[in-house]
Formats: sequence, C-alpha cells, structure tokens
Amino acid sequence: MAAPALQVIGMTKRFGAMTALDNVTINFEPGKVHALLGENGAGKSTLVKCLVGFYSANEGQVIYDGREVAIKTPFDAAALGIGMVYQQFTLVPSMTVEENLVLSRGNLPMKIKWSEETKALRAFMARMPFQVPLEKQISSLAAGEKQRLEILKQLYLDRRLIILDEPTSVLTLEEADEALGLIRDMAHRDEISVIIITHKFREVTSFADNVSVLRRGKLVGEGKVAELSPDQMAEMMIGSRQIKTSADKIVHEAGAVRLETIGLTVGDDGGLTAVHGVNLAVKSGEILGIAGVSGNGQRELIECLLGQRPVAGGMVKVKGEPYSMTRREIQKHKIFSLPEEPLRNACVPNMSVAGNMALRSFDQQPLASGPLLHYGALGSMAKRLIAEFRVKTSSPEAPIRTLSGGNVQRAVLARELSAEVDVLIVANPVFGLDFAAVADIHSRIVAARNRGAAVLLVSEDLDELLELADRILVIFEGEFVYETPAANADTSIIGRYMAGHASTPAAVAAPEAVAA
Amino acid sequence: MDNNDIGMWGILIAVIGGAIRVSTPFLFVSLGECLTEKSGRINLGLEGILVMGAMSGYGIAYLTGSPWLGVLVAGLSGCVLGSLHGFICGLPRVNDIATGIGLMLFGTGLAFFLGKPFVQPKAPSLPAIPFGFWSSSPQIKAALQVNVLFLLGIALAFAMHWAFRNTRWGLIVRTVGDSADAALAMGFSVRTVRTLATAAGGFLAGIGGSFLSLYYPGSWNESLSSGQGLMAVALVIFARWRPLYCFGASLLFGGAGALGPALQSVGITSGYYLFNAAPYVLTLGIMIATSSTKHSLAGAPGELGVIRA
Repeated sequence: MAAPALQVIGMTKRFGAMTALDNVTINFEPGKVHALLGENGAGKSTLVKCLVGFYSANEGQVIYDGREVAIKTPFDAAALGIGMVYQQFTLVPSMTVEENLVLSRGNLPMKIKWSEETKALRAFMARMPFQVPLEKQISSLAAGEKQRLEILKQLYLDRRLIILDEPTSVLTLEEADEALGLIRDMAHRDEISVIIITHKFREVTSFADNVSVLRRGKLVGEGKVAELSPDQMAEMMIGSRQIKTSADKIVHEAGAVRLETIGLTVGDDGGLTAVHGVNLAVKSGEILGIAGVSGNGQRELIECLLGQRPVAGGMVKVKGEPYSMTRREIQKHKIFSLPEEPLRNACVPNMSVAGNMALRSFDQQPLASGPLLHYGALGSMAKRLIAEFRVKTSSPEAPIRTLSGGNVQRAVLARELSAEVDVLIVANPVFGLDFAAVADIHSRIVAARNRGAAVLLVSEDLDELLELADRILVIFEGEFVYETPAANADTSIIGRYMAGHASTPAAVAAPEAVAA
Repeated sequence: MDNNDIGMWGILIAVIGGAIRVSTPFLFVSLGECLTEKSGRINLGLEGILVMGAMSGYGIAYLTGSPWLGVLVAGLSGCVLGSLHGFICGLPRVNDIATGIGLMLFGTGLAFFLGKPFVQPKAPSLPAIPFGFWSSSPQIKAALQVNVLFLLGIALAFAMHWAFRNTRWGLIVRTVGDSADAALAMGFSVRTVRTLATAAGGFLAGIGGSFLSLYYPGSWNESLSSGQGLMAVALVIFARWRPLYCFGASLLFGGAGALGPALQSVGITSGYYLFNAAPYVLTLGIMIATSSTKHSLAGAPGELGVIRA
C-alpha cells in the first residue's frame, strides 16, 4: 500500500463577501510531510476542510492519485483514505477508547460483537508504535493521550493521507516530538502522506519535507524545507509588517513577596481535588511561570486565585494580608488578571467594548460619582485605550464578542494594564493568536514586570515561559514538582517533570517557594 | 393473615400495587425522554404528548373497541407531536426549552378540544395479568393485577440499556448527544438523529398517556394527568440518563404517588392531600439531595442544555 499523491488546483472558497481561499494550487507529494504554514485566518483550515468534505469549494479541482475526485462530504474523503486529526478533539467524552474507535469506523453492524471488536483492537494496538488503554473513558484521558488516540484512529481507519491540524497545541515538547517523529517515519516508509497545519516554525523545520505558506487566503510561497530559512518563511507568512519584539527584561532584584499561597487546595468540577496544598510566592518585579501539560490543575488554580472557584483548603495572601477575592480587596491591592479565554472569563460578550473596558473602574472616580456614571469620561477612556493598545473595533460601542480573538485579548489587556498594577495573574495569554499580537502582548506583560508588578504566568507553551519568566515552577497532577530559574533552565528536564517522570534525574534547584 | 386487620402490611401491599400501576406512565415517559435527551435535546412538551396520547388512545379504543389499537394510535399521535418538536428544534436559532413549553400547552389544549366527545362514554380497558392468583387475600390479588404495558416497559428499559452500548443506533444517539462536533466529523446528521430520537421519545410518551386513560385511572377527562410528563423530565435527570435507573425511579415515584390512596384505604384520611403531594416533595427532595454546586452532573449528555443563540 503506497502513500497517495494529491494536487489541489485553483481552489477558491468564499463565505459571503469574504474570500477565505483565493485560487490556491498546491502539489502534495506522496510519502512526504507537507507543512501548511500561515497565521490564524490565513486559510489553512479552510483548505483542508475542503479536502475532508467539511466545506465544498466554490472553484477548483482535487486530483488524488492521478485522477480527479469530487469530495462533497466527509464520507467521500473517508472513502478515498483522507483523514483529519482535528485541533479540537472529535472524541465522544462519555465513551471509552474502544467505543470511540469502533464508532469511528462508520460501517457498524446493527449489533456490535464486543468480544470480537476487543480482540481485533488489541491486535491493532500491539502493531502501533504508541498505545492508549482501550477501556479508559475519554473524559479521563490527558490531552496528550487524546491526541495520540486521534492519530491512532486515523491509522485504525486505514487512512493514507493524514492531515494534522495544529497537532502540538496541547502536547508537551517531548510528546509532540514523539508523535510527529512517528508520523514522519511512517511517511518516509511510503505508508502514508501527511499534511501538517501549523504556525510554529519549529515543527516545520524539524518534521516537514515541503512547506506551502498561505497569507489572507493566497498562496504566497512554497518550497523544500531544507532550502528555506525560518526568516524567509516568516517573511512570507507575515509579509512586510514589522514584528515588535518582546520588551527587554530589566535586570533587577525581585522585591517583596506580593502574592502567596499557603497550602492552597482547590477542587475540580467533579468533586475531586485538582490542586493539592500548594505553596508559591510571587515577588514584586518578577514573573513566576507555571509550566505543565493542560489538565494538571493550572486552570483550577488560576480560577481560584481569580475568585471564580472556592478555596477548599489553605489560604491566599496578598502583601502579607489574607486575601478572599472581594472587589474591595482587588481594588485595594491593585490585582489584575488576563485569564485564558478572555471572552468567557473576563468579558460580558454582548456589552460594548467601552463598557467592558470600564468593568474594573466604573464604580470609581473619575468614571463615577456616587451612583452616577459619567458616560463622557467612560467614552473618552475607551477611545484612549483603544488607540493606545491598538484594539481593532468598528466602534467603542460594538459588542466585544464581535471582535477577533486577538483584539478581545488586547481590549482586556488594556483594561487590566491601564492603571497601576501590583499583582498580575495571567493564563495562556496568547493561545491561538498570530505573531504580531503575541509579540505585543508579551512586551506589555514584561513591561508590567519591569514597573514592579508581581506576575504569575500560567502557560502550556514552554517557549513562552522561557522567554518571559524569571522563575519556572512545573505543576504535575496538582502539585509543584520542580522549580528552576528560567535563565539556565534545561527544557528536557522540565519536559520530563511535565510528563510526570519525576524520578529520572535529580532536581537541580530546591523549590524555594515552599520556604517563602 | 387476618383480613380484618391488615394494618401496616396492607399499606405496604397497597403501596407496591399502587407503585406498579402508577409507575407505568412514568416509566414510558421517562424512557422516551431518556432517549430524546441522550441525543442532546430536551423535550419539555411530553406533558402535552402524554395528555394527547391519553385522549387519542381512549377515543380510538372507544370507537373501535380495541384497547390495543388505542395504545398504538396514542403512540403514533405522540410520534407526530414529537416529530413536530424535533422538526422545529432543528431549525436554526430555535430554543428547545421554549418550543417544549409551547408544545406542552398545544398538546393539552388540542387534546381537550378533540377529546370533548369522549368524556362521558366508557372505552374498553387494557387487560391485566392476575399474578396474585395464589393468594386468597383480596388485597394481594388487587395489588398484583399487573398490566401488560408495565411488563413491556420493563423489557423496554432493559432493551434500551443494552442497545445504548451494543447497537449501532445506540452508539450514534450517544455520540450525537455527547458531542455534536464528533458526530459531524464522523458524518452523522445531528439534526436527523435528534429528530428521530425526539419522535421515538414522543411515541413512548404517547403510550404512557394511553395507560392513564385505558387502565389506571381508566377514563378520559381533563384532569387526568397531574404533571407526570413534567415530572418525568426531573426523573430522567435523577436517573442519570440511564434506562434501568429510569425504571427504578419510576417505581419510587409510583410508590410515593400510591401512598395517599393506600393510607386512605386503611382508614387514615387526615392529611390525604398532603400524602398525595408525596411525589412532588420527593421530586424536590431528590433534586436537592443529588445536586451540588461543586459537581457537574455525572452522565449528563454533553450537548444538553447548550443555549443556542
């Protein structure tokens, strides 16, 4: 069974007046890993969704193994052997691994003979380079396991052209390397052809053979990865725009402890304990990064510190005083935050951009006197912040949900960083944003630190932590298992702790936060 | 056993007998709602379907003389109303809660309108199997008059339990109910599956309604249903969307509903109306006891209660 070849010729896809894909022609060679590189909204996802039958293109041809094919539904794509591993998992959470695999096959018999299915699946798993326990329920799997299962699912279905959509957004570096390495080896053995959608150069340079770069729906460059430098690819990807680099961190001694937790325990949604009695201390003028694979208690920890989730045990202190997340305390101590999914966690989606920007300060001078709001002052503040933080919005009165992800993030950042900040709590601030937005938001976080704010930064992106943080704590299953200064951090050691292989090499630095 | 002094035993037997009688409509309606909700949709209109089923079943049984034909037509009328709900909810930007409440009012109103001529006449009843034949006690004989529909309901609960895990349709319904994205990625039509599941759920609720008019209480009038259709929705939540638990919960609710009449039959009449409120108190009590501000409901289909704007 040989790897298939695929050509896309003159493909165009329009959504109303917007052209998401504009006359794109790409040749995907058999047995190769082909990267589709581009910023968010460049048209990568639209292109592959046309290939797997999710959308149907307005114009263009698809040539598969030398003959023209019409892919109108996901069934057509499946029949050809084209399979996609989605960025959002398409597993059914309440079912087991086994049920999900059998279900994915599509041509189920009316009555399912589980004993035979189990036997066949065990034999299949034994042949695979990586495994997932068959009897486990999906909702109990870690993100990395789900990603592996998604890939296994495509192999189980005998797909020969496998499309990976942002495959490493939820994996640790090591997990990503392992999964992509295995996929690349299979391609090079001519078993499958692979398309990877990504905006990370590291994945392109490490794993892809060919690359096509999309920008605003157009093909703007392509070639062999070996012949292109990351700088050339970056230029194709973002055009002539200037990238603002991260603000330089001023070297200074960290000041007094601003935010600390003492034996903090937090529950999860299911009544279990997500964070087990952790101690941390963030000092003035430093960024404390928390690294970890998603689902190890970071979300619950942040939600607790932001007052969205009750403290189950232990306590939180700010500037030495007990802190119970009341609005009075938040304003007194100047605590600000940029939670993940800001539209959900930090905005009122149907309220105007101006209204959302005033959520922190509408009850204080100069926006209010007594029970009355000063709309004039509110409007001029919003205009000033929109200009200063370059929020792209049709007007200050537009509902904030109409803004793109990056602009919602900027609007929230404008609100949170426009006043004096003593404590800043940040979670995955640039998840899914494009280059320019990432650099901008990073530089503003670093600027807050330079002005003396104590910053707690939770991120699933290790590169982000290494770039921004002064110290890094690794969280695993709700406990801090490793601490290191960011400056001389060893990513392979961090990765091992993130994956829970704590026993291998001895810890380099003793967790000093515990003593604080 | 002394027939003149049956005391506590009498109450217990009466409650058991009552549980079997009263639970049957709960069982069918809750199994129907379980199926619908498993597919990711809520049908609050089951009360209307239940009343419509009671009316149409009674009417057909009276006109044709066959109670079983009545049951079938009751199911079909439920199926039609269920399909209507399914179709309307499948349209873009339709909220299934609001549609369900509309359907509830529509179903009861339509049943009252069409059912006027059937309030007086007497239709034939469904047969029952006398499982109490071995006993000389009239109480036990009465309690163990088990209707065939009850047995069918039990069989259905087991069949659904098995089918959700072991058949293609079972897996498809669970997939659609738990993750519409996953279902779409596998090429299932979420809308079709939900519409079919809502129609099938309506069929079962209609049968539940026919039990009310054709067996117990056994006549058609406008005060026939006392909210069984609505309570079945609560019952499904309490049963954690599992068919076998639906059966247990129906028995429990049926037993609670039989408490008032059972006490009355042994001469305890004070607080009769208070005891009649037992199922509702039980509903509230169970909802409070099993809910929590910290835990999300285990077993709830993931697509359920998603507010579509």
